[in-house]
Amino acid sequence: MAEKPLAADGLSPQQLLDLYRKMVIIRRADQEALNLQRQGELGLWGQFLGQEATQVGATVAMESTDWIVPSYREFGMAMCRGIDPGEMLGYFRGLTHGPWDPRRYRFLPFTISVATQVPHAVGFAMGCRLEGSREVVLCVFGDGATSEGDWHEAMNFAGVFQAPVVFLCQNNQWAISVPLRRQTAGSIAERAQGYGFAGVRIDGNDVLAVFSAVRSAADRARRGEGPSLIEAVTYRMGAHTSADDPTRYRLDSDLAPWSSRDPIETYAAWLRSQALLDEGQADSIDAEAEGMAEAMRGKLRRLPLPSPAASLFDRVYHDPPASFLKEREEFEATLEPVE
Amino acid sequence: MSAVTLGKAITQGLRDALAADAKVLVFGEDVGRLGGVFRITDGLQRDFGEDRVFDTPLAESAIIGIAVGLALRGFRAVPEIQFDGFIYPAFEQIVSHVAKYENRSGLPLPITIRVPFGGNIGAIEHHSESPEAYFAHTAGLKVVAPARPSDAYGLLRTAIAGDDPVIFFEPKARYYLKEEMDLPVPPLPLGRARVAREGTAVTVVAYGPMVETALRAAEAAAEEGTSVEVIDLRSLAPLDVETLVTSVRKTHRAVVVHEAPVFCGFGAEVAARLSHDAFDSLEAPVIRLGGLNVPYPPSRFEKLYLPDADRILQAVDESVAYG
Ligand SMILES: Cc1ncc(C[n+]2csc(CCOP(=O)(O)OP(=O)(O)O)c2C)c(N)n1
Repeated sequence: MAEKPLAADGLSPQQLLDLYRKMVIIRRADQEALNLQRQGELGLWGQFLGQEATQVGATVAMESTDWIVPSYREFGMAMCRGIDPGEMLGYFRGLTHGPWDPRRYRFLPFTISVATQVPHAVGFAMGCRLEGSREVVLCVFGDGATSEGDWHEAMNFAGVFQAPVVFLCQNNQWAISVPLRRQTAGSIAERAQGYGFAGVRIDGNDVLAVFSAVRSAADRARRGEGPSLIEAVTYRMGAHTSADDPTRYRLDSDLAPWSSRDPIETYAAWLRSQALLDEGQADSIDAEAEGMAEAMRGKLRRLPLPSPAASLFDRVYHDPPASFLKEREEFEATLEPVE
Repeated sequence: MSAVTLGKAITQGLRDALAADAKVLVFGEDVGRLGGVFRITDGLQRDFGEDRVFDTPLAESAIIGIAVGLALRGFRAVPEIQFDGFIYPAFEQIVSHVAKYENRSGLPLPITIRVPFGGNIGAIEHHSESPEAYFAHTAGLKVVAPARPSDAYGLLRTAIAGDDPVIFFEPKARYYLKEEMDLPVPPLPLGRARVAREGTAVTVVAYGPMVETALRAAEAAAEEGTSVEVIDLRSLAPLDVETLVTSVRKTHRAVVVHEAPVFCGFGAEVAARLSHDAFDSLEAPVIRLGGLNVPYPPSRFEKLYLPDADRILQAVDESVAYG
């Protein structure tokens, strides 16, 4: 990283510092969510520790009018889009399937069924193109997702319809217990060629490399030059989720090479070497992250329990059939009256 | 005799099947090194090797598609689908090929697809589904859903040793349910229900995770003086209509319960069969109980969605009070 030019990719010192700030903040949120899960406040938590550079670099590279279609691990990206983290945790607390308005943040709901969001992203991008819009779609998924049929079908459509979409694989090298070498015998990035568009493999722990790869892919898409695939190589430093026990399938020594490539520490070292980050700034960012964590925790604990009837029956149909409304009434009649 | 959990009984069933026949293969997502997300395949790769117990790439359609190919080649394929909600990418392979290949080729198709199913575990979306009706509706498939450890073992051994494809639904919320037993128990034929508790006033029909709930309801009903008979179907396809009819000829009333939504759920088949074959014996309409007709809710609300012992008791009372 040390040989990077000062204002990398035309980013101002302020913007360069902000990449660091965002990475620190989302890592703090990730850590806090893990704690909350352990305290029983969340049903499940999927850490993204080690993947901060990919999440921040890619989100910041997109314009605010662009759309993001995530899997389930993109909590950090959602925060960068301005979605309230405490509110979002309602999903992991089991309060709601959809804690934010996808149109307001241009950030579609989390998708648990692996790779099923990829065709959605392509269709959305096809729609952008049909409307002559300059909006572009960023579609995010893991390395495991690239094995699913939906993934391949979507890639092919994107090439055929020249959809303005950027495919970002967060290759964290694990799909639960299955390592990359058992997921595919080939290269993820090189597959793009077979679909008729460009694919690149980049260092997903280098926030500037991610920023610049995603920015140029988005620019190409915006110019009508079609899709791109970016394989950001990173590492899942934590468990798959709080329900997982990685000691059953990987060794501490597997992590060692990646600990020394921590995306935040390496970037901080570079910023310091360029005199773009001093102790005072680092401290105030840490303090800001601490404040965010406290607010997130407070927000989560104060999240109201939605009404059961609304949670179960709202948002099932836009135009609910009469029979459905009757079922809702019958359900409400069975509930104990609230004092 | 020792206390064996449902999960451990299935593990032992797989182990004994692997030992009994070198053609048996166990595969799926995370079933090898990890031993499965529920640890059902724990230790099997270590003991039977990576050729016979293996992790696959993350692709359900291919997992089932290769099972068809392996079966055609003479293997007994025992693929795992990690969770109920992730069987859908494999729907095409199951409906168009697993169910129909024999019909087109005359060849045996020994495939046992293991699927942890059902809710009540506080999980995130897509991890609590009850998709059994889709498969029971598909001719060519056998569909089982055991409720207790000995049945799980016995049905699994029969399924794996048989030459027809079986969808083997495991009630994941009951993996820790214990039963005093000695393994191995004999293989259990598919298509035979059991009377899980004898009673005289109302028959409650259940399978998989709801059998335990129905037994609890029956216990409570007994305290209130109502004698409830509980039938554990064990097998949905083929369905043991005879055991159902025999019970209803005695009780004259029936309630059928499952976690899946009532509308077009498996209970509709049970109700229709009873209404036809035991029409003269029935003194009340067959009552269906199930999940609400909405997508499986966020986990904080699943208790309101799922039938519980109270709702079964209400249905029992309603049935008894009828007419
Ligand atoms: C269709 C489907 N099959 C299986 C699962 C269970 N599952 C959840 S995450 C996961 C691994 C995903 O790996 P990857 O795509 O690399 O993303 P990561 O979790 O590493 O971010 C699996 C098998 C699922 N959610 N969806």
